[in-house]
Amino acid sequence: MTHRPYTPWLFLLPGLGVCLMFTIFPFLNMIVLAFTDASALGGGRFTGVDNFVRMAQDPKFWLAARNSLLYMAGVVPPLVLLPLLIAMLAQKVVPGIGIFRTAFFTPVIASAVVVGLIWTWLLDSRGLVNNVVEALGGTRIGFLTDSTLLLVSSMVVTVWRGLGYYMVIYLAALANVPKDLHEAAMVDGAGPVRRFWSVTVPALRPTMVLIAALSAVNGFRVFSEIYLLSGGTGGPGGASTTMVMLIQSVGRGLTGEVGYASALSFVLFVILLGLLLVTLKLNRREDQL
Amino acid sequence: MKPARFSLALRYLGLLTILAISIGPFLWQFSTSVKGPAEDVFVPDFIPDDPTFGNYAAVADVVPVWSFALNSLGVASVNVVTNCLGAAMAGYALARLKFRGRKLAAVVFASSILVPFEAILISLFLVMRGLGLTDTLTAVVLPGSIAALNVLLLRNAFLALPAEVEEAAVIDGANAWQRFTRLALPSVKGTLVVVALFSFMFSWDDFLWPLVVLSDQEKYTLTIGLAYLQGTFVQNQRLVAAGTIIAVLPLILLFLLLQKHFFRGVGEGAIKG
Repeated sequence: MTHRPYTPWLFLLPGLGVCLMFTIFPFLNMIVLAFTDASALGGGRFTGVDNFVRMAQDPKFWLAARNSLLYMAGVVPPLVLLPLLIAMLAQKVVPGIGIFRTAFFTPVIASAVVVGLIWTWLLDSRGLVNNVVEALGGTRIGFLTDSTLLLVSSMVVTVWRGLGYYMVIYLAALANVPKDLHEAAMVDGAGPVRRFWSVTVPALRPTMVLIAALSAVNGFRVFSEIYLLSGGTGGPGGASTTMVMLIQSVGRGLTGEVGYASALSFVLFVILLGLLLVTLKLNRREDQL
Repeated sequence: MKPARFSLALRYLGLLTILAISIGPFLWQFSTSVKGPAEDVFVPDFIPDDPTFGNYAAVADVVPVWSFALNSLGVASVNVVTNCLGAAMAGYALARLKFRGRKLAAVVFASSILVPFEAILISLFLVMRGLGLTDTLTAVVLPGSIAALNVLLLRNAFLALPAEVEEAAVIDGANAWQRFTRLALPSVKGTLVVVALFSFMFSWDDFLWPLVVLSDQEKYTLTIGLAYLQGTFVQNQRLVAAGTIIAVLPLILLFLLLQKHFFRGVGEGAIKG
């Protein structure tokens, strides 16, 4: 024995304490509360599946779920494809490449709030983008005032912010693609486009699945971008509200409906877990191939 | 070799385009922040006629932006210390000490990674209220103070160390704490830097949780302070822009100094989203 029996637990105490108190307990409590009518002031009776019945009839829930799903569907394809193209541009070591890679990563380190404010200003009805649109002969576009355009604008911001992050993951994966595969394909007379689809993409498939999963989960969890671009309102009439915005607005404050917000949280969790399981399954199929 | 030169030119063209897309928005924000009151900020002109840093002083008259920054700095600094120390201790026990219940402890950490923060948002607020901590910076720090992901990252780092050195130390009579602080910790410096950086960045950038748990303006961190600034004084974009630059500049400097660690962090699974 190299240590006393309780020593490991002393090492674990702070970490395990934080984890149990501020993640595991709130998680289990959320599941319990989802089946009650608890309010912000406490109390709450067990009400069975009432919250879920109410949810099924709540147009706000369906709107928020639809928006979050749309958001996810909108950001995943560009976030899987564009960073790959950028990584291929930035992969070759040419003079100054370090500066380019560093600059591409800059949006990643800026907070969602900073990024949101920068883009709110860019997409303002009199902002830079609209000035360019007008200079090109178009009319000003209500990027932030139309509920559909607000969603699209937020997606653009999410994609813009994710480019550098996923580029780095792709750069690491590209470095592992065997060179001789490309050389062999070149000997066979395959052009760059052909080699992209027949060599690069198959070799990167696990990475692409990973990035699809990450961006899907993050896309469904969207909050900050829409919150900021809409100035905290969720768009005109709240039409661009997402799941997390709904949870936050239902559960917060003195009038917070904690029970119902917990039921919404539970649904959010189940959807995100489902996404994760699908990914694991896809990756396992990769392993068998 | 004309085709090679052509393709190189094409590559640089692509790189420059992405460069403009990546940092152009920051430059525009900076440009707005140094435009004087006489200049029309709506005119798309990147170079200010008469650059001034007056807006950086003026924004502090509108909201206490420096005290917000101080709050953020305090929260982020504490977050770095607690994550490095707490996660290293737990990671060390999981990797290097043998005891009953080790598997169970590892499962607790691993499963808490699967819990999305947004799903426990409301429930976590109730916990903080139960502890009487709402509206305090302590409540802002606590939930992320020892992230399970960091515990597992450090566990892996400790697992990769050769066992011989520690075995020798055991024979020399060093106890677990001495082995941890003198032998194990210094050997995982690289991972600690990554954990520190991402803890700082995560905390400095966090928005949703401080927004929910803080209501007293005096306790605001920079991120919610800025959102508040935008809500109230959206008329003067120069001030909002100055506030944004104040919020992002420290991170950009940190990043430029330590960029290789940032890139390593992404590779090592700083995939907390």
